[in-house]
Amino acid sequence: MDAIAHIESGYLKETLPAFVVGDTVDVHVRITEGEKERVQIFTGTVIAIRGEGTRRMFTVRRIVQSEGVERTFPIHSPRVADVQVRRPGAVRRAKLYYLRKRRGKATRVKERIVDMGRGKGKGKGRGKGKGKSNS
Amino acid sequence: MSLGLLGRKQGMTQIFDETGVIIPVTIIQAGPCPIVQIKKHETDGYTALQVAFEPRRANITKKPLVGHYKKAGVDTHRVLREMRLDDDEALKAHENGEPLTVDIFQVGQYVDVTGTSKGHGFTGVIVRHGFHGMRATHGTHEFFRHGGSIGMHSWPSRVFKGTKMPGQHGNARVTTQNLKVVKIDAEKNLILIKGAVPGTRNGLLEIHPALKKPALKA
Repeated sequence: MDAIAHIESGYLKETLPAFVVGDTVDVHVRITEGEKERVQIFTGTVIAIRGEGTRRMFTVRRIVQSEGVERTFPIHSPRVADVQVRRPGAVRRAKLYYLRKRRGKATRVKERIVDMGRGKGKGKGRGKGKGKSNS
Repeated sequence: MSLGLLGRKQGMTQIFDETGVIIPVTIIQAGPCPIVQIKKHETDGYTALQVAFEPRRANITKKPLVGHYKKAGVDTHRVLREMRLDDDEALKAHENGEPLTVDIFQVGQYVDVTGTSKGHGFTGVIVRHGFHGMRATHGTHEFFRHGGSIGMHSWPSRVFKGTKMPGQHGNARVTTQNLKVVKIDAEKNLILIKGAVPGTRNGLLEIHPALKKPALKA
């Protein structure tokens, strides 16, 4: 496996866009039309991140004209210019495939409150403390 | 045959080209292959280079082989193979005894890769020959994955040679032709080839310039 890692290291991006499963993101995709190159933005929810090395892919799902559209991008592809987090999501699982069965309001992902100043990592999963105050 | 190289399959991955297109590649650790013996037409009746691959300690190498390596002034190795060449003229460039390395290939060149395919044991005709099998319902009785008829009747009263039947699948010598060299890492003796090659990871491979593609012009 050593040789594979060695070869792949030449194709990896040095800094990866910071996002996790559940985030709503803008993916900036470089597209060549004829000779011109422009950047197209695909917005949606990250429902999966899988793979290692150059094969690391993430899947973004959105609803276009009431039809579900999913696109899978290689994170390290030069065509993926940037990924910007529009709204951090708080989820408890690594793959959000259950969203495929849902329609409308049920497809919402709870927002993650980014925990600043506490130094407790990314603050992942903290947004779920909903019913606590009731007890 | 022409000059080739011995190597070990490291595995497959994907790399990107300049435009972001994904290329599936197999990484092969190939060479260096020191020349152990030069076979000439006049002395041996044919022309070939005998090359070695993968160093191995002398104390676990059979003694006659140790002597053979010693005669050539080469350290003992695990693998010995011959590469046939067209005529004695082609030997000229190698008489200095320089080991063969990945430098004998160029990026963009096409190669044939030979190895031992993965063994699947004794398999039926569906796996081995891609037969479709029988239907699952409508009265089929204990005859689902069979191949059906293997011939005719009292003429010819025999089964034709080459009829596709169950048997050993894989673990055979296989050559995949016309694979493109995508990248060469001379420092680590790695060669990246587009597509899949026969065999398992760490399987022994022979890489030769493609038989059916013209050589690259430098």
